[in-house]
Amino acid sequence: MSLDTVKNAEQTPDAAQPWAELGLKQDEYARIREILGRRPTGAELAMYSVMWSEHCSYKSSKVHLKQFGEKKPETDAMLVGIGENAGVVDVGQGYAVTFKVESHNHPSYIEPYQGAATGIGGIVRDILAMGARPVAVMDPLRFGAADHPDTRRVLPGIVAGIGGYGNCLGLPNIGGEVVFDSCYQGNPLVNALCVGVMKHEDIHLAQASGAGNKVILYGARTGGDGIGGVSVLASETFDDSKPAKRPAVQVGDPFQEKLLIECTLEIFGEKLVKGIQDLGGAGLSCATSELASAGSGGMRIDLDTVHLRDHTLSPEEILMSESQERMCAIVEPDKVARFLEICEKWDVIANVIGEVTDGERLEIYWHGELVVDVPPRTVAHEGPTYQRPFARPSWQDALQADAPTAERLARPTTGEGLKADLLKVASHPNQASKSWITDQYDRYVLGNTVLSHGEDSGMIRIDDETNLGVSVATDGNGRFTKLDPYTGAQLALAEAYRNVAAGGAKPLAVSDCLNFGSPEDPDVMWQFAEATRGLADACLTLGTPVTGGNVSLYNQTGEVAIHPTPVVAVLGVIDDVTRRTPVAFAEEGQLLYLLGDTADELGGSAWSQAVHEHLGGLPPKVDLERERLLGEILISGSRDGMIDAAHDLSDGGLGQALVESCLKGGRGARIVVPEGLDPFVFLFSESAGRAVVAVPRSEELRFNDMCTARGLPATRIGVVDGDTLDVQGQFTVSLAELKDAHTGVIEALLG
Amino acid sequence: MTTRVGVVTFPGSLDDRDARRAVRLAGAEPVALWHRDKDLHQVDAVVLPGGFSYGDYLRCGAISRFSPVMETVIEQARAGMPVLGICNGFQVLCESHLLPGALTRNDSLHFICRDQKLRIENNGTAWTRDYAAGQEIVVPLKNGEGRFVADERVLDELEAEGRVVARYLDVNPNGSYRDIAGITNAAGNVVGLMPHPEHAVEPLTGPTTEGLGFFTSVLKQLVNA
Repeated sequence: MSLDTVKNAEQTPDAAQPWAELGLKQDEYARIREILGRRPTGAELAMYSVMWSEHCSYKSSKVHLKQFGEKKPETDAMLVGIGENAGVVDVGQGYAVTFKVESHNHPSYIEPYQGAATGIGGIVRDILAMGARPVAVMDPLRFGAADHPDTRRVLPGIVAGIGGYGNCLGLPNIGGEVVFDSCYQGNPLVNALCVGVMKHEDIHLAQASGAGNKVILYGARTGGDGIGGVSVLASETFDDSKPAKRPAVQVGDPFQEKLLIECTLEIFGEKLVKGIQDLGGAGLSCATSELASAGSGGMRIDLDTVHLRDHTLSPEEILMSESQERMCAIVEPDKVARFLEICEKWDVIANVIGEVTDGERLEIYWHGELVVDVPPRTVAHEGPTYQRPFARPSWQDALQADAPTAERLARPTTGEGLKADLLKVASHPNQASKSWITDQYDRYVLGNTVLSHGEDSGMIRIDDETNLGVSVATDGNGRFTKLDPYTGAQLALAEAYRNVAAGGAKPLAVSDCLNFGSPEDPDVMWQFAEATRGLADACLTLGTPVTGGNVSLYNQTGEVAIHPTPVVAVLGVIDDVTRRTPVAFAEEGQLLYLLGDTADELGGSAWSQAVHEHLGGLPPKVDLERERLLGEILISGSRDGMIDAAHDLSDGGLGQALVESCLKGGRGARIVVPEGLDPFVFLFSESAGRAVVAVPRSEELRFNDMCTARGLPATRIGVVDGDTLDVQGQFTVSLAELKDAHTGVIEALLG
Repeated sequence: MTTRVGVVTFPGSLDDRDARRAVRLAGAEPVALWHRDKDLHQVDAVVLPGGFSYGDYLRCGAISRFSPVMETVIEQARAGMPVLGICNGFQVLCESHLLPGALTRNDSLHFICRDQKLRIENNGTAWTRDYAAGQEIVVPLKNGEGRFVADERVLDELEAEGRVVARYLDVNPNGSYRDIAGITNAAGNVVGLMPHPEHAVEPLTGPTTEGLGFFTSVLKQLVNA
């Protein structure tokens, strides 16, 4: 066993290297040799291979993602944009909010509990690294069929992992999604979102500058977990006398992360940090190369000073380890002592592992020997870029032609038939109450949760005195996106935007998690290209820039990819959280208005899935100007006290929204089908740009005037009344019967 | 003079800020106490907040019980100072032997967060004077290990001496013996409670404001003392 130093690499140019096993292509390996002017050392090869992986380099997606910058809407709200750990948005009163949604799909399928737990841990550190106190989390989840045996293995573990980690961190879980579809059977999606709050002056960036400043690694000890592909290198380079079987999925310790959060916030509070980066994917390789690449000058690291959990680790393994709960900070020499003191207070281990230099190289030493000597940009920011071929799938036309017309899919024609379908939709696992899942998450901690599960958006207060707050909604409909990726991505944005507005908040910015199949499949790549184009166009129209996010590719088993699933998170601001609008119908006698236009749009609908297990046709049309107008009406109505309840119409249409608002408020409703509208279409269509609102009688005139003046169709459809949902002339169903259908579904399958 | 109520922060405490807010809303001055500091800084009462102190390593509350601040808290509690342990704080009080019994894994084996109905069984403690005997309240409950257990003799003793402070109504969320949600010591100054009254102090963020009574009670107790 010998150390592969830079000197050694120069002397043995022809030594065989396991670049292919590490996932590099031949031309990529050749490019590394060209950059360095020699063969890479083992440690360098490890760094390049992991930083140039799809996960870290976005090499397949980059050419499409750049539209989010090119089509960025003009807005004063954006303080930090794409490229940092997370985007930062100005929400007024000197506050800035940072938020991001990220995936942890593959690890969560292999090891559901730890995969999901460390997904939370990772996104929370991203938010922390921006200088913010993390204040809430959310989890958009996708699983295979609810009644499939493997869902029973995967779901409870993932839910327990999210709860186990998030609850122990003291972060309220304020929303998210749970969707079942057999397309996710071998590829569940576990996305995690975190929101953080800070003052403008507390924004921190991931950059190392100022020669002589110290590099401090702090948090958990570095172990052999999460090394993944690099173990190939280890096994080839080293003997087998050391522990061989290490988990490829990282193991999380939320207690350690909680200490890291409090410790880091105290350090920020005393302004002891010049630059900071969390350690996530690709561990120290990523943190050091990104910090050095974004800063001025170079960096020198003494790798043998890293605090280890396993003393047999090689330099390559230390560089690659994805041990959780670690951060890397750049600190001026005269502030190091105080920095270490605060770490000691919180029982957090911290070590100076190197310093910023005035050179241009990232140099890493192992017991005095140079093992890495690279230009940091070539590792962190100048990875390969692919123009993957893409083409509209040959099956797309046939799928779109298979529209759910009345001729193809039987529609109910009687009141009893409508009622039966309403109950089928409400009791389908996708629409049924998720309380068995969400009750495993703490939604109360921190004492600022204003809206959470079962509401259109999650809302938190960020200032006790002024009642300033923010809200977030995440949405993404894989069925719509499969039918038409461009429209589907826009619908995801439109729905999240509408959900935020329905709560009374003004939508400001977007984060997205793009979950797709293999980029090597031209069909999938077309879906990706179309979805990103659609999302970028829609963000421009709605004035909500993409501030950051994540791409997860290769979500497929064999040849079969998941439905393309862009999950879109929208962040909104509300000046006074006491004015928020809940979904519950709480006041007897209030008038129900349907806002927007309803057309015969059932393609990809919850009805077509729950009743006919059908997917075909076109998704609902998108009218972004209408979405904006609807949003403005919902926000004004909330602010001026004209609306006491609002629920966006999406999965399951008006019928499902009525079920949810009635059950949440424990009140019934009397509904009249508007003239000229087919009762089935009225109840089940998923036309976009719509909401149902409850208006106090005293406000009806004012509300109507506002809608008329602004040109938003508003139709009075009924009144909050009694303990039944009564669709006049069609059917009556008691709240008890609705509750029976809507609750208990998930626990019966998975509890 | 303002009443000072200390709230201890252990490593891994989570609801300490919420407890301080509840103390403030009740009209007292919240004082942050640090686990390594033996000094209670002249507080009149102490809240041990919820959370996962020391990551629940070993057993919930088992390590916190040995922290320097607890030495003084235990001493003062024995001398009559009002102490309220909420959730993890309740676990710490049991580990400290200030209260009998133990909190074990929920019978469902899941963490559970819900709005829980309770009945105040004893309104004679330092922390429940502001409630009527038998008053029903709703406050959040959130725990993974909240199942109160004790042997029959202890349970009978608690019942006989009226030391069950609150009982779960409608649903027993975690399998607690005899639906017990909270208990007190014989003197009535130390109360352990599994549900979270500090999360039910504002109409905006809580299901009710019916948790505030725990904090206003101790104020009255101290002012009248």
